[in-house]
Amino acid sequence: MSIGIERVEYVLHLADNALILGQRLGEWCGHGPVLEQDIAMTNIALDYIGRARMLYQYAAGICSPESTEDQLAFMRNEWEYRNLLLVERPNGDFAHTVARQFFLEAFQMDYFKALQHSGDATLSAIAEKSIKETAYHFKWASEWVIRLGDGTEISHHRMQEAVDALWPFTGELFCEAPCESWMRKSFDCPDPAAMRSGWSARLQSVFAAAGLEIPTGNWMQEGGKTGRHTEHMGYILAEMQYMQRAYPGMEW
Amino acid sequence: MEDYYSTEREFKKHHVTEVNKSVLEVLDTVMDPEIPVLSILDLGIVREVRVQDGKVDIAITPTYTGCPAMHLIEMEIRAAMAQSGLEANVKTVLSPAWTTDWMREGALEKLSQYGIAPPGRIASMQHADTATPKRIECPQCTSSNTEVISEFGSTACKALYRCLDCREPFDYFKCH
Ligand SMILES: [Zn+2]
Repeated sequence: MSIGIERVEYVLHLADNALILGQRLGEWCGHGPVLEQDIAMTNIALDYIGRARMLYQYAAGICSPESTEDQLAFMRNEWEYRNLLLVERPNGDFAHTVARQFFLEAFQMDYFKALQHSGDATLSAIAEKSIKETAYHFKWASEWVIRLGDGTEISHHRMQEAVDALWPFTGELFCEAPCESWMRKSFDCPDPAAMRSGWSARLQSVFAAAGLEIPTGNWMQEGGKTGRHTEHMGYILAEMQYMQRAYPGMEW
Repeated sequence: MEDYYSTEREFKKHHVTEVNKSVLEVLDTVMDPEIPVLSILDLGIVREVRVQDGKVDIAITPTYTGCPAMHLIEMEIRAAMAQSGLEANVKTVLSPAWTTDWMREGALEKLSQYGIAPPGRIASMQHADTATPKRIECPQCTSSNTEVISEFGSTACKALYRCLDCREPFDYFKCH
């Protein structure tokens, strides 16, 4: 049976996005600006870790007989991860975390709806589960973009600063990696470039309500989808993988 | 009880496939660890039950992808079946995705009495992206004069609200 290395890559791309963002959001646990938002971010983190688990289980099943969910999540090296550079950006202040979430959720709103109609039954089922969660996450992020953007002078300034800082990492959302193109042709998976108009429309309406400016820079960073990461990735993995590296095969 | 799946036919209407009444009765004793007034049948997460040669295959669907209760529920199903002398094989199915519309009528009343405002029926709402009804009733005093504190509450399935009349905070079981 041909498993298709592209399919494994593609599933890992989605899984790594979910795991790394879940890990980043989890870093807020106990450090949120207020209790309710601490709980919100860790709830969202939990959704992402749950999604990552479903995807790693699927990837492990089609990858090789010896691979497992834990091995894929915890035992690979930086260059083997396929997540977007955007999700590995540090939490920064609360505004950075909100901007990172907003940019990604605005993309995923259409992406999972399209993926639900793909010819890969497992991915379609996972996408179906993810649609409603994404709607809640997008709503949370949008409300904070507006509240901070349309808030005090300081909150407005910091929200705009966060948006500007993360802007160069949004271009990668729409670049089609070889595995995505293969999955599009073979299983009718979404073309990320086709998400741009919906994404831009969401930005326009939320940023208008927030009184924020959409950056205009065209220079974009990319590489995460093919395993070229920023220096932050190594630090994330060092913390996240410590237990499995020190005690291989350990379980809670 | 009107809403109880008293017959196989009734269960099939809401769910699927072959079913055995005594197995259903046992499943109705397996409670959600986070909301101990609701059984897994109340929640509507049991998708399939097949009994053969003293073994029972049960398919459940997760409420939320990251819900840590799902693993515990699986173990509790196996334990409850073992007590009835049945070996249970529990598997998880993802599609069709669970919705709060699958919760039994009686479950909504139980939630309310437990102090959690129940979800509205999504099927009756116009748009369902994050289907939040306009008015959420306070489970303490039934006032509709309430406001959201946070869309994310003590567990993945709940949002945090406060009542502006009796001033009590309360959980709202989100439409999903
Ligand atoms: Zn009240």
